[in-house]
Amino acid sequence: MAEYHSLSDTASSGPAPRGTGTVHPAAGPEAPSADENLPRLRPWESHRARERLAQLMFLLPATVYMVAFFGYPIVKNFVMAFQKYTTSTFYTGEAPWIGLGNYRAVVTSSVFSKALVNTVLFTVGSIAGQFVIGLALAVFFRRRFPLNGVLRSLLLLPWLIPLIVSGAVWRWILDKDNGALNRFLAAIHVTTEHPGWLTSTSLALISVIMVNIWIGIPFNLTILYGGLQEIPEDLYEAAALDGASGWQRFRYVTWPMLRPVVSVVLVLGVVYTIKVLDVILGLTNGGPANASQTIATQSYHLSFVQFDFGQGAALGNILIAISLLFAVIYLRANRRAVDE
Amino acid sequence: MSVTADLSVHRRHTRRGWGSTALGIVILIVLLFPVYWMINVSLQPSGSAVGTPWLPIHLSFRGYSTALSQQSRNLATSLVVALGAVVFSLLIATPAAYALAQFKVRFASVFLFAILISQMIPGIVIANALYAAYNDVGLLNSIPGLILADSTAGIPFAILIIRAFMTSIPQSVVEAGRVDGAGHVRAFVSIVLPMSRNALITAALFTFLFAWADFLFALTLTTTENVRPVTLGLYTYIGTYINDWSSVMATAVLASIPAIVLLVVAQKFVAAGTTSGAVK
Repeated sequence: MAEYHSLSDTASSGPAPRGTGTVHPAAGPEAPSADENLPRLRPWESHRARERLAQLMFLLPATVYMVAFFGYPIVKNFVMAFQKYTTSTFYTGEAPWIGLGNYRAVVTSSVFSKALVNTVLFTVGSIAGQFVIGLALAVFFRRRFPLNGVLRSLLLLPWLIPLIVSGAVWRWILDKDNGALNRFLAAIHVTTEHPGWLTSTSLALISVIMVNIWIGIPFNLTILYGGLQEIPEDLYEAAALDGASGWQRFRYVTWPMLRPVVSVVLVLGVVYTIKVLDVILGLTNGGPANASQTIATQSYHLSFVQFDFGQGAALGNILIAISLLFAVIYLRANRRAVDE
Repeated sequence: MSVTADLSVHRRHTRRGWGSTALGIVILIVLLFPVYWMINVSLQPSGSAVGTPWLPIHLSFRGYSTALSQQSRNLATSLVVALGAVVFSLLIATPAAYALAQFKVRFASVFLFAILISQMIPGIVIANALYAAYNDVGLLNSIPGLILADSTAGIPFAILIIRAFMTSIPQSVVEAGRVDGAGHVRAFVSIVLPMSRNALITAALFTFLFAWADFLFALTLTTTENVRPVTLGLYTYIGTYINDWSSVMATAVLASIPAIVLLVVAQKFVAAGTTSGAVK
C-alpha cells in the first residue's frame, strides 16, 4: 500500500496519468518518459512501485467483480432486511424502515420452524446418503477391472446434467399414478397402493432427499476416489502381511488416511446442500403444505412469489448465519482435533 | 487411462476382474436409470401419461419436433448466455489466477479467503439483491444481466482451477521471458496463457456447464418470455399440468446435451486439468 501511495504522488506531479503505461511498458512512447519524470524517486523504488501496480492490475477486474456480485448482495440483503417491501416498491421506490420487523415476522411465522427442521433433515439426510454410497462406490472402483474408467466417468452424468432436468425427470418417475417407480413396485408386488411420493406430506421430504442423494453421489465418488488413489499401496500390503481383514484394512488404513479428504467433502457438502433450491422447486415447489419447504425455498417464495423482499432478505440472512455458524463450529472442532 | 492399465493386468486377475465389471455395470444401470427413462419417454410416440412402455419400441421424434418448435428460442438464449459467461469469466478469472499463482501479493490470501466465503453465499441471497439492483439499472430480462449473474458460479471456480495449474509453472520460465524485455502483459499472454491451455479449456467447459444449467437466476432475473433460458422453459412446462411428457422429456434431453458432449468429447481435458493441478 505504501508503494502504491508513493507512485500516485509522483504520478500526480507528472503531466499525464501513467497507470496504464506501467502495465504496457512496451506499448507506447510514454513508458520511457515516465522514468525521466520521476527524479525524486530512487530507480529501484519507482520500479518496485510500478511492479506492484502492474501486479494489482491483474487482480483488479476480479476484485471488482467479487465486490459487486458477492460483497454488494450481502450488504444489500442486510439493509433490505430492515425495510418493508411490497409489490409496488419497485415502481414507487418506497421501502420504509421497519427495524427488526421482518426478522420478527419471519421467525414467528408458522412456516419457519417447519422450514428450519426440513433444512436440517434435508442437509443431514442428503449428505449422509451421498457420502456413504459415494464412499462405497469409491472403494469398489479402487479394484482393477476392465472398463473401470469408462464406468466411472459415465457415473458422472447425474452430476453434470442441469438440476432442473433431474427435477423434471424424477418428477415423472415419482408420479403417483403412472410414474415408473410405482409401476415397478406394483410389477414386483411390493405395493399396489401407489404412494404419492411427491404429493403426500409424509413422503415429499424423503423423496426430495432421495433425489438429492442421487445427484450428489458422483461428486462424493469422484473426490473420495481421488483421495483413495493417494493412499500408498504398500500400506495395504503391510496390512495384508499382518493378516488384516477387509474391514480392518478399511478401518485402520483407508479411513485414517482419507480423513482430510473426508472433511473437505463433508464441509463442501453442507455448504452446497444447505442452499439447494433448484431440486426442491422442480420436484415439489416446497409443498405439499410446506412439507418439503426449506429456508432457501421459503426465502425464494417470500421474495419472488409474495414480493416481500424484506422478509425474503431476512430469511436469506438467517441462512447465511446458519452456514457461517456451521463453518465456525467445524473449524474449531477441526483445530481441536489437530491439537490433540 | 485405467482401461489401458487393465490390459496389462495378470490374466488370473482378469476373471475376477470381469466379475467386478459385471457388478459395475449393474451399479451403472441402477444409477443411470433416470437418464435412460428420460431418453425412453422422449422417444415415445404418445406423450400421454398412461403407461409409458419400458422400451422405445415404436420410435418417434414427435416429442422432439414439439420441443424444438416451442423451445428453440430458449435453447438459443441459453447458448448465448452460456458462451457469454465463458468469455466473461475467463477474461476476469485468468489474470487474477495468474496474479494469485505467481506474484507474492499480501492481498492474495485475503482474495482466496473471499473466494471460499463466496461459496457459502446462497444463490437466493444474490438473486434477491440483484433483482433490486438490476431493476434500477435496467438489466432485468437481459442477456448481459444473465451473463453477469451466471458468472458468479464460473468465476470463483475458474480462478481456483486456473490458479492451481499456474502455480505449477516455474517462476523462472516467466522471469526468463520478462528478462527478454517482455512486460507483465506480454509474458502473461505469450508465455503463461499458451502453457495453461488445458486448464483454460477445463475452466471454460465447466463455466459453460454452470451457466447453461443455471435455473435460479433465470427464474428470478427474467420475467418475460423474451429472454428465457431453456432451464426456465422446462420449469414452466412442469409447473403446469402435463399431458405430453414426451415433449417435456425431449426438452430435458436437449438441455442435457452439453453435459453429455462434455462427458464424451472433453473427458481428457477434464482429466488433464484435474491431474495437472494435483500432480506437484
